[in-house]
Amino acid sequence: MSRLQYILKRILQMIPVLLVVTILVFSIVHLIPGEPARLILGDKATPAAVAALTEKLGLNEPLPTQYFLFLKQVLTLDLGTSFKNNLPVADLLAVRFPVTLALTLLSTLISVLISLPLGYFAGTHKDRLGDQVVRTASLVAISMPSFWVGLLLMILFAIKLKWLPAGGWDNTSLWGEFKCLILPAVTQSLMTTALLVRNTRNSVVDITRMDYVDFARSKGISDGQVRSRHVMRNSMISTVTLLSMRMAGTLGGSVIIETVFSIPGIGKLASDAIFGRDYAVVQSVVLLFAVMVLVINLITDILYSLLDPRVSL
Amino acid sequence: MSSVEKKLLEVKDLSVQFPGKYETVQAVDGVSFDIYEGETFGLVGESGCGKSQTMRSILGLLKAPGRVSGGEILYKGQDITKMNQRELRKVRGREISIIFQEPMTSLNPVLKIKTQIYEAFEGAFITEKDKDGKEVKRKMTKAEKHRAALELLKLVGIPSPETRLEEYPHQFSGGMRQRAMIAIALGARPKLLLADEPTTALDVTIQDQIMKLLNRLKDELGMSIILVTHDLGVIAQMCDRVAVMYAGQIVEMTDTVTLFAHPRHPYTYGLMGSLPNEDTAGGTLEAIGGAPPNLANLPEGCPFAPRCKYACDVCHEKRPDIVEVEPGHFARCHRLDVTSEFQGLISPEAAAKAKEQEVEPNE
Repeated sequence: MSRLQYILKRILQMIPVLLVVTILVFSIVHLIPGEPARLILGDKATPAAVAALTEKLGLNEPLPTQYFLFLKQVLTLDLGTSFKNNLPVADLLAVRFPVTLALTLLSTLISVLISLPLGYFAGTHKDRLGDQVVRTASLVAISMPSFWVGLLLMILFAIKLKWLPAGGWDNTSLWGEFKCLILPAVTQSLMTTALLVRNTRNSVVDITRMDYVDFARSKGISDGQVRSRHVMRNSMISTVTLLSMRMAGTLGGSVIIETVFSIPGIGKLASDAIFGRDYAVVQSVVLLFAVMVLVINLITDILYSLLDPRVSL
Repeated sequence: MSSVEKKLLEVKDLSVQFPGKYETVQAVDGVSFDIYEGETFGLVGESGCGKSQTMRSILGLLKAPGRVSGGEILYKGQDITKMNQRELRKVRGREISIIFQEPMTSLNPVLKIKTQIYEAFEGAFITEKDKDGKEVKRKMTKAEKHRAALELLKLVGIPSPETRLEEYPHQFSGGMRQRAMIAIALGARPKLLLADEPTTALDVTIQDQIMKLLNRLKDELGMSIILVTHDLGVIAQMCDRVAVMYAGQIVEMTDTVTLFAHPRHPYTYGLMGSLPNEDTAGGTLEAIGGAPPNLANLPEGCPFAPRCKYACDVCHEKRPDIVEVEPGHFARCHRLDVTSEFQGLISPEAAAKAKEQEVEPNE
């Protein structure tokens, strides 16, 4: 099967998963005790107003009908209106999504740039001092909760050194936005970096023992070629696995990080919406997260097939 | 052997150690041998007797924490054990190359065969005359690499090489992978090929094919081979001279015919007794009792003494030295008086034939 066919097949396979997700998301509203309309309008609303909103939201219809209505809206990208500020949810997401995407990509980039060289170094210096320092440091990094690290970094870089903003969002320039993203991205990358360092170190240790590395060396090629083509190339397979899992985790973590640093991304939107019972927004954010996780998985599988020819397409 | 015997490689008193936290393993202990141009030299012994470590030291490929702790390996007069990485690179592939036991794990699973063959040409330069008639060396172009790779695959008998080049190792069978490994090892036309149990992981039919291939290539390319094996039948088929290793030492070394006719070490004799042949057909083969000693904690005397039928007091007290019992025939034994009575149990021809019959048992 060609790569293109494979990708098409994988995209088609995403459809049933997405359907299940929409059912779950749809159920959120209906699993909450009490009437949604009353929850939206608050305790002081008159019964007449509640009835009117129930009618307006189509909540009197049978559940399957409501579900298909919801599905139709989702497919036409009509995600409803935020109860809080009366803005279309799609517009909210369009503004917030790029922020979270930039945060995720930046933190992933930081993780990869730090962990691959460090992991390779530790792996090739197995059990020596450097390896032990790297391993201990990564264990410490894994054990620290990110919101706490975030606060520490804020104290150091924002309050003491005044190099970077403590939080918030400066959308006057791209550079301003970037500066606001640095601390949250570093905070968020910490866990991934630490896990990736350990993973890379272990796979480098395993792969350097393989006969094909010795055989490559026996051809008289340079150390750099042995490293890039044979050792790193093979260790990338497990790196990609871990990285894709962590990227999905990072999306969930953005709820905390964006709240700590007051970054106006999807995570902050989600937590605000949850506390404010803004169900249309919660529904859409959950749906968006699900789509992103699926897309990450798709990209991972494609990368797999590029990295490892034994993965049958 | 050719009439003019030219030394290609001299291993002198080589020792290899694997230092550990609690004990140091002496994997190779004072091994010396010479390799002449155009010969096939066999290194035979049980698993863990130091054969593979000797091979790996020759290319500077000992696995950590192993290191050469003594002796020298002279290739064309230069000591390989003292070379830095850059000098080693010039020897690897171009002068000496190696094929490993496990064709399944010796090729990189994520690279095309093509890429892995091309790497072997890294050190192969093309010498040309420029406009002024001066000789200049240059690297091979992609097209030249492609052509050379095709030629190599044909040389080692891989059918439809054009498509095979584009494939990955997992698309090859075990025998084909071993052929591919041989092709890669020969890429830069080395003078010496180290074959570390090249057929152990393969079934007997393929074993036979690979051995015949190695023999043919040796003649066609005029190289020398060091063949590591635990199988005396293979030695009989392939080798001009043999060294028998036990517990990191060479216990006997001579030409193949003499070894089979007049073995002088009880271990060699024991190995021969365990070979199947026409006389013993249907009977029980004799095995050497016991197990090889722990290399981290060798007995004081001869390492083979605990398993040796002929051992006497001195064998348990003092290590024997290697002695030239006849010109070109070396043995390391206190009981050479007894072993001079040994008569060959099987001729090399019979051993080779028995090996052949493994392939076609109905003949």
